[in-house]
Amino acid sequence: MKRHQYQPDALIEVLHKAQELFGFLSSDLLLMIAHRLKLPPSRVYGVATFYHFFSLAPQGEHTCVVCMGTACYVKGAGSLLAALEHEAGIKAGQTTPDNRLSLMTARCLGACGIAPAVVFDGVVAGNQGVEQALERVKGWLEP
Amino acid sequence: MNLTELQAIAAREREGRKPIRIRCCMAAGCLSADSQTVKQRLEAAVAEAGLADRVEVCGVGCMRLCSSGPLVQVDPDGALYGRVTAENAPAVVAALAEDGQAAGEAPELVDPAQPFFAHQVPIVLENSGQIDPERIESYIAAGGYQALYHALHELTPAEVLDQIARSGLRGRGGAGYPTGLKWATVAKSESPDGRKFVVCNGDEGDPGAFMDRSVLESDPHRILEGMAIAAYAVGASQGYAYVRGEYPLAIRRLELAIRQARKLGLLGAQIFDTAFDFRVDIRIGAGAFVCGEETALIASIEGSRGTPRPRPPYPAERGLWGCPTLINNVETFANIAPIIRNGPEWFARIGTETSKGTKVFALAGSITNTGLIEVPMGISLKAIVEELGGGVPGGGAVKAVQTGGPSGGCIPAALFDTPVDYESLGKVGSIMGSGGMIVMDERTNMVEVARYFMEFCKDESCGKCVPCRVGTVEMHRLLTKIAAGAADESDLDQLRELCQLVRETSLCGLGQSAPNPVISTLRYFPEEYAALLRERRRPTDAPLERSTP
Repeated sequence: MKRHQYQPDALIEVLHKAQELFGFLSSDLLLMIAHRLKLPPSRVYGVATFYHFFSLAPQGEHTCVVCMGTACYVKGAGSLLAALEHEAGIKAGQTTPDNRLSLMTARCLGACGIAPAVVFDGVVAGNQGVEQALERVKGWLEP
Repeated sequence: MNLTELQAIAAREREGRKPIRIRCCMAAGCLSADSQTVKQRLEAAVAEAGLADRVEVCGVGCMRLCSSGPLVQVDPDGALYGRVTAENAPAVVAALAEDGQAAGEAPELVDPAQPFFAHQVPIVLENSGQIDPERIESYIAAGGYQALYHALHELTPAEVLDQIARSGLRGRGGAGYPTGLKWATVAKSESPDGRKFVVCNGDEGDPGAFMDRSVLESDPHRILEGMAIAAYAVGASQGYAYVRGEYPLAIRRLELAIRQARKLGLLGAQIFDTAFDFRVDIRIGAGAFVCGEETALIASIEGSRGTPRPRPPYPAERGLWGCPTLINNVETFANIAPIIRNGPEWFARIGTETSKGTKVFALAGSITNTGLIEVPMGISLKAIVEELGGGVPGGGAVKAVQTGGPSGGCIPAALFDTPVDYESLGKVGSIMGSGGMIVMDERTNMVEVARYFMEFCKDESCGKCVPCRVGTVEMHRLLTKIAAGAADESDLDQLRELCQLVRETSLCGLGQSAPNPVISTLRYFPEEYAALLRERRRPTDAPLERSTP
């Protein structure tokens, strides 16, 4: 925040940094940011919930993001996601109860040349088949 | 920094090059196929073979044919290898050694003269895959920043405006507003406090589009140069590059480029010893499709929720913090330096009567050659799909091409003779869009496609105006019902009516164009909708049927 000289218009930059540092944006954290940037908490909360990128709940140990861009969709990302949901027993956007895996979807990773693409723990993998993806996730789900 | 120093950097860079260069693609697509390891293996193999004095390995930007990635090309003979892995990378180096001992199997050779490459006209992508995007010297050696020098020293701002206007360049973000006109409006507008801004719109939200990402990753300095020329022409001294948060590599490379340019005095105060100052800051998007809309983008840069506001006043008159603001797309800025360098007449010779220059498309979906293509305006869709794209893998038939993302439409195979320019695509019910081009084959269900895009618009609607907020949800409900085979004729009528309503009454481009995928699929593939309706109507055919479960 200091780098942005506590400018209220740097709110999105600050939220990005906060999420990078803490993994997610807790309500205490949002309050603190609001206070420091001299913004009403409603405004900070409004911005944090408006953008998909910000997460208000903690993430699981591992993350799996399925790209649902048009190219990936045409190449079968839908069935890929369904298989992953079935395997993990959760819906996209949720985390398993034991906190091992968060399953998410992305709008488009811009990796359409290698569709369908899945991001495992921040590493993009292209041309993913259902079995290939399940194999990766299985290892994480087992205790 | 003056011209002599700039040329000295270029000369030093060129002299420092070794006779043989192995270029290894380091853009996001190939990186995810582990091109980082490939590059390391290549470097190790060069050292092992004792070729380090005449062979160098360098990382470059996107080489366009993403479906064959990771790609490696060897200069000067131009041999292009595809699907290079850590295992077969040493064979590329072994082929260069004089005794020619092949070490294991070589990766497959890709023909650099095939139609995919031969039909392209690289202007925006001229440096992409050629230069190292992480080194400013590499860009300068390719003639970089000379256009900026020329503009600052030999042209007045009015002359720059005139050149851009005469080139016929139109906005590459999708709508195709004449760039020269936009610049002139900003230049003319009075600012309340004397400030003006230049904004680069890199919020490439269309699913299926990755041109801007590739340009930012492969040639970031070109964007900075284009922005600086624009700032000089309109009288701005501060710029913002708004990049999607989903593109970490593009952000990192652009940040690096800004630091390097500032260090050499190509950004900052008194650029090229003139009175012109220009700073660029990066703003990172946070995943909201609507932020591609100009006024929403401005709200987002100001740190608020990205909701659009009614226009006019246009951002060119009152934008960021109420000051005149020039907003152009990444690809538009990428065209600026070549226009200034080669002259507007050169640019105007490419393309059609109303659409000048080239357009970069991201070719993806059910097609053999996926990747980036840059083609002259006016090329037919058929040429793109069949010649450059190489048709459907396995030889199936292409059913339709979707352009313009969720704001565009599906063009059926019967209309593939349509030339690619702003007007022609508009006539067949689609838009040029930012350049996503998704090929769909026989297996694609068009109702599902319409539903997919509507789901996207429903989620991305910012909620400010009612037609878009409620209309997209209702249209999605109707499409889901149709797709499930539970709809009748009246639902279809209602859907048509809603399309019209949302199109005409929404506040911003998102809502106004949200019905496009539905309208175009209804227009060209009515039988697919009808087939889903009939199933329900035939067995009962009774009017009371809907009220009884």
